[in-house]
Formats: sequence, structure tokens, C-alpha cells
Amino acid sequence: MSRALQRRETVSGYLFLLPSLVFFVGFVIIPMFICIFLSLTDANMHAGSPSFIGFQNFSKLWEDKVFREALWNTIIIVVVSVPAVCAFSLWVSSAIYKMNGTARSFFRIVFYLPVVTGSVAVTVVWKWMYNNYYGIFNYILKNTGIIDKNINWLGDERFALWCIILILFTTSVGQPIVLYVSALGNVDQSLVEAAQVDGATNLQIFWKIKWPQIMPTTLYILVITTINSFQCFALIQLLTSGGQGTNTVMYHIYYTAFKLTTQHGHFGYANAMGVVLALAIAALSAVQFKLAKEK
Amino acid sequence: MKSGVERVTVYKVISVILLVILAFLFLFPLYWIVTGAFKTSVEINSVTPVWFPTEWSMENFSKLFAKRSAPLFEIGPFQGPVAPAAFRWLINTVFMAVAAMLLTCFTAAMAGYALAKKRFLGRGIIFGLIVCAMALPKQVILIPLLKEMAVLDLYNTLWAVILPTVGWPFGVFLMKQFSEGIPGEILEAARIDGASEFKTFTTVVMPIIKPGIGALAIFTFINSWNDYFMQLVMLQKGDIFTLPLGISTLQAETTVDMGLLMAGAAMAAAPIILIFLLFQKYFTQGITMGAVKG
Repeated sequence: MSRALQRRETVSGYLFLLPSLVFFVGFVIIPMFICIFLSLTDANMHAGSPSFIGFQNFSKLWEDKVFREALWNTIIIVVVSVPAVCAFSLWVSSAIYKMNGTARSFFRIVFYLPVVTGSVAVTVVWKWMYNNYYGIFNYILKNTGIIDKNINWLGDERFALWCIILILFTTSVGQPIVLYVSALGNVDQSLVEAAQVDGATNLQIFWKIKWPQIMPTTLYILVITTINSFQCFALIQLLTSGGQGTNTVMYHIYYTAFKLTTQHGHFGYANAMGVVLALAIAALSAVQFKLAKEK
Repeated sequence: MKSGVERVTVYKVISVILLVILAFLFLFPLYWIVTGAFKTSVEINSVTPVWFPTEWSMENFSKLFAKRSAPLFEIGPFQGPVAPAAFRWLINTVFMAVAAMLLTCFTAAMAGYALAKKRFLGRGIIFGLIVCAMALPKQVILIPLLKEMAVLDLYNTLWAVILPTVGWPFGVFLMKQFSEGIPGEILEAARIDGASEFKTFTTVVMPIIKPGIGALAIFTFINSWNDYFMQLVMLQKGDIFTLPLGISTLQAETTVDMGLLMAGAAMAAAPIILIFLLFQKYFTQGITMGAVKG
């Protein structure tokens, strides 16, 4: 490339990037640094200038029982919902990807609708369905004889977290299904046909040919579902406010920053939790990438 | 022993039946919102569920509209006529989603094109940063964002929700994927013809990446409409609430009036579902393209 052309490419490249970079740097990169900075201070909502306290927030996290419980609940949510979402969406996709266009679109839309409906609307209707007195779950389970007394689903420590995981599940499978349907449609058909000629069973064809080819999609789905599950917030805030053993890290961050009465608006501490959460997700994504690459 | 073909057919029939049952279950909450919104309070609170409203009552909607009121819009010192707050929330939400959508499409289309087709120093670093940022939980930076918005004097305005949405780098990533497909020869030809860089972008690049922009537009619109956490943190005054925020406030105020809540939920969900159904082809494409090489 000539030098004049090189210069033209550079100048125009940066000019095209500029508007986007302003927003990206201003509202993603800078807040990220503020987040790290605040996590090392005792900042709160009211006080003027925060003072630097080193890693005290982080060492306090170790001893914070509520945080540990929130972390534990978050891990349960991730460990249960991520494999469930992946397996379910893979099953649905393999059942629908060969159907005709209309049927395929129909199922894809149906499973995507809970995502589009929005977390608040979805949460509100599930709250009603879980209701102790006139919820539909108690009605059905009682009439089929599975339970004989109404269960206070969201008010009971034994059930609340699982109720939330169920809602999270229904609002998480939409995107993976879209992705899997498209990935399965792109699997090299000539390999599949060759295997069929050789007398391979459907199960063998799936594991030996399709599964390796959709591996990048699986990896992507694992990462986005993990991030989503970590961020589960609206469900907790609207259904239990973190009570009945459903506190999660994301909700605890919100609570510490905005609701905690004894140390109202403890931004520094909340940001320390944010940093830990971000590191946890980054580490997990890295592990998932590594595992998938080795395969 | 049954033949393999027969086993496969049996499996297929069972899986279709299962799929249809599951589809019903997934649609049920939505059905429950819509019918619930039109049920009378007696039907709502009945221990035996009323599967279908006997008479379609507007009771819940009139309660929703009577609950609060606000001027329809406020531009500087000018105020619109006072109307039920729910309509103001609807206008706010539409404004927020449309502004976020337009700004995102505009900035991301240009940036994606530059990252895909321009060769310049620092390109790799910028793209790497964008990919890394995408793997971070967006919600973690909400508190610092709040501080920043307070400094910029934007806290408690819809812009506090719009601007961070535009900054989120997924759009740039998606548009880069679409722009990769632009043939280099066409760009070369435009340059030889003496077209300016910007003209090349608007007349040559834009028509090619149009489907991508459509996908990004619908994706951003839906995401920003439903980004409840961000709205919750940034908006405190009732007049600038969005629909999701308004509904969640109603639910905190009234724990028992499910009919009212269903009316609110229906109002928040109906427009976005309609838009999704109209543009779902673009949407599917956007999701798929965003994942390639993701």
C-alpha cells in the first residue's frame, strides 16, 4: 500500500470509528475504571470525597456471611440453569430444524416470546401463578392429588430459589434455540449422508458428526447463558427481594448500593462485589473457551 | 425386534407431541397476562382459576389509568396535556427505545465497517477491547454509570438510559460481522472513481449491510425496552418512568391487585411483542450473525 493510501485508510478508519468510540469509552470503559477505583474506597451515596482504603472492601467480603450466601445461591443458579438451558435448547432445535419453514418459525417464536415479553411482565404473571391462595400451581397440584395443602411457593425457603430458576429457564432458552437451529442447518450434509450409507445410527451421527460441528455454537451459548444467569436480577427483586434464601450477588450489589439502611449507599463495597463478579465471569468464560478448544 | 425406521417414526411422533405441549406451557404465562387483564376482580381472586373471562371487563385498565397522572410530554418548559401516567410511560419507553436504536445503528454501522474493511494501526487492539467488554456483565458498571450521569447532570433523564445502551459494543461487533461480506473490489472501484470515503459509505456500503442494520435495529429496540435494571437505577421520578419501571412500582404498591398488574403487564408487553412478530425475520438473522466466530 502506498503511504498516501495508508494515511487515508487510517484517517477515515478513525473518523468512522469516532462516534462509536465516544460512547464506548465514555459509557463502558470509563465506568469500568471508576468501578475498580471505587472498589478501593469507602465511597457512599452522600459523603463528599471518598478516601482510599486499599483492599479492605475485598477482605471484608470474605467475612460477609450475606455475600457468601448470595455467592452460593448464584453458583446454584448457574450450575443448574446453564446445563439445563443448553440441553433443552439442543433437544428442541434438533426436533424442529428439519421441519418446514412455518412450523420451525412457529416454535422458534413461541420459545422466544418469554424473552421479548420482558422480565417485569413475566415476573408479575408468575408471581400470580405461584400465589399461595389463588395461584394456578396450587390449584392444579391439589386437584391432581400431588399435594394436599397449598404451598407458599415463594415464601418457603425450600422452594423459592427453584421457582426462580424455573422462570429464569423459560426466559433463557429463546436465543440458544435460534442459534442451534441455524448451526444444525449448517452441518455438512455430505458427511451425514456418507455415514448413513455406512449404516451409522442416528445417535452415532449426532455425536460423531453433528456435535463437533456445532461446538462453537455450544461454546457461545454456554458463555451467554452463564453471563445471563449471573445477572439474574429482576426476578429476585420483584419476587422475593432476596428473601427466603434467594439472595444473589447481583441483587446484593443493588441492595448494598441503594437499599441497605445501616450503611445506605455503600458504593465502594458494592463495587468491590461487582469486581469480584466480573472476575468470576471472565474466569469462567476463559475456562469454557479453553475446554472447547482442547476438544 | 422393531425395525429402525419404525423406531425413528415413533420417536418423531413423541417428540412432536412433547413440543406442542411445551409450546402451550411457554405460551401460557402470556395467555394468562392477556386474559387476566380483562378479568373482573372476582374472577382474578377466585380459588378455582377462570380459564377464560366470562365477560371482557375494562375494570383493570380504568384502574390503571386512574391510578396516577402526568403530563403527556415535557420538552424544556413546555408540558403536554395531563393524561394517565401509563400513557406518559409508554411515550417515554418508545422515545427511549427509538433514540437508543437510531444512535446505535448510526454509530455501529460506521464503526463496524471501519473495523472490517479499513486497515489501520490500533484496529486489532480496539476490536480486542470490544470483544472483552462484551463478555463482562453490563450490570456491574451500573453504579459507576450512575455516578457519571450525576456528574453529567443527566441522572433522572431518559438519556441516562439511552447513552450507555449506545455504548454497549455488541452493535459494533454485529456490524463488523455483516461488513466482512462487502467485496473489496467494489470499494476499490469507488475509490478509483474518486468517491469520498463518506460517499462510498452511504452509497456503496449501506445498501449491502442494510439487513444487518435491520437486525441491529430490532435487537436494540427490544433490549432497551426491556432493560429493567438500568431503568431502575437511572430513573427515580415517576414522570420519567418507563413502562417496565411503572409496572414494577405498581406491584410494590399493590401486592394483591393482580388484575391491575396484568393490565399493566399487557400494556408493557403488547407493543414490544407486536414489533417482534413484525420484524422477527431480521431478529433471527441478527442473533445468528452475532454469534458467528463469537
